[in-house]
Amino acid sequence: MARAHREYDDIPGTYVFDAEHHRKGYHLNMFGMSLNDPKNRAKFAEDEEAYLDQWELTPEQRQAVLDREWLEMLRLGGNIYYTFKIAAFDGLKMQNVGAAMSGVTEEEFTQMMIDGGRSPDG
Amino acid sequence: MAEILYGVATSHVPAIGAAIDNGREETPYWKPLFEGYEGARKWMADADPDVLILAYNDHASAFDLDLIPTFAIGVAEEFPIADEGYGPRPIPPVPGHPDLAWHLAESLILDEFDMTIVNYLPVDHGLTVPLSILYGKPERWPARVIPLSVNVIQYPPPTGRRCFALGQAIRRAVESYPDGEDLKVAVLGTGGMSHQLQGERAGFINTPFDTAYLNRLADDAEALTEISHTELLRDAGSEGIELVMWLIMRGALSRQVREVHRHYHVPASNTAAGLIIFEGSEALVSM
Repeated sequence: MARAHREYDDIPGTYVFDAEHHRKGYHLNMFGMSLNDPKNRAKFAEDEEAYLDQWELTPEQRQAVLDREWLEMLRLGGNIYYTFKIAAFDGLKMQNVGAAMSGVTEEEFTQMMIDGGRSPDG
Repeated sequence: MAEILYGVATSHVPAIGAAIDNGREETPYWKPLFEGYEGARKWMADADPDVLILAYNDHASAFDLDLIPTFAIGVAEEFPIADEGYGPRPIPPVPGHPDLAWHLAESLILDEFDMTIVNYLPVDHGLTVPLSILYGKPERWPARVIPLSVNVIQYPPPTGRRCFALGQAIRRAVESYPDGEDLKVAVLGTGGMSHQLQGERAGFINTPFDTAYLNRLADDAEALTEISHTELLRDAGSEGIELVMWLIMRGALSRQVREVHRHYHVPASNTAAGLIIFEGSEALVSM
């Protein structure tokens, strides 16, 4: 897939949902979107593997969903608003996911936010 | 006649809506945020606009990756509350204003802003949390709402300059509204301020950037329109790019505005929550 250098490529720890990510993550994100419907949430709750069979995920995307690997989903084209539907299904909050993606505990993450958030100076 | 008298910019963090829905406004975590909203709610009750033109972004609720309108306007009589994955918020549906909405759609398109026109538009936290911030928990919403959905999730969102120009076009459109009904209109820009939900940099907050943004919005907004998307991604965080929607509000107001309320608090969940209210010069004349 041809892609020119983007001036945002050097921003650390950030996955800009551009055309490249969209094309990689289309089916993964549309699966996440499907969980807006309570009937689909019930099906996913009943049998995650069987529900995922209906979506054209790559093996890596499928495993990342089953393992709830939030960062890996972003690397594989996920968009946070779509993949967060899976977290909401699990009853998780954005802090849980933020903590997991940045490699700290939820307590540490919540405290970092109370202390003013992750500083632009690193 | 219809007049744009007021502008409000506010964050639309879903956790703020959940705190209101679950009666947690007085808890130690939330109290400092909601104390700062008290003045805004009092002002809103006094100003009592008839219609809100509300710029927000849909978060995988009404639109998915199959259809990504850059600018969309809701023209229906009523907008249902979206199920975002955990059941719809327990709030009333949002009443629209089809007459003014259709007038806006026609005027904006003829003014060369190629709007997408939407009837069925379930509205998510991007639109409903600002209503809850400003009105609390009413049995029905006191104003009618024209949803103006802006894509900020798929890169690239519209530029800040384009958003500001859309605001100016909204102003021209409202001024040409032919209906005899007298309407006090407020324009809302929502989202922001600095935050990043995703990646290893999740939790990013940039208070100096936010403070400068709030300080410049009244009198130096055209400079804010020059901030590039890459600068926003870098300095306001990947989801802080929502701030372009604040410029729609500012563009829709008179050149001179009076700041009547401001609040800034970190954190609301993973976000720097900002709120600022302006009265346009017409508001002073009308009083």
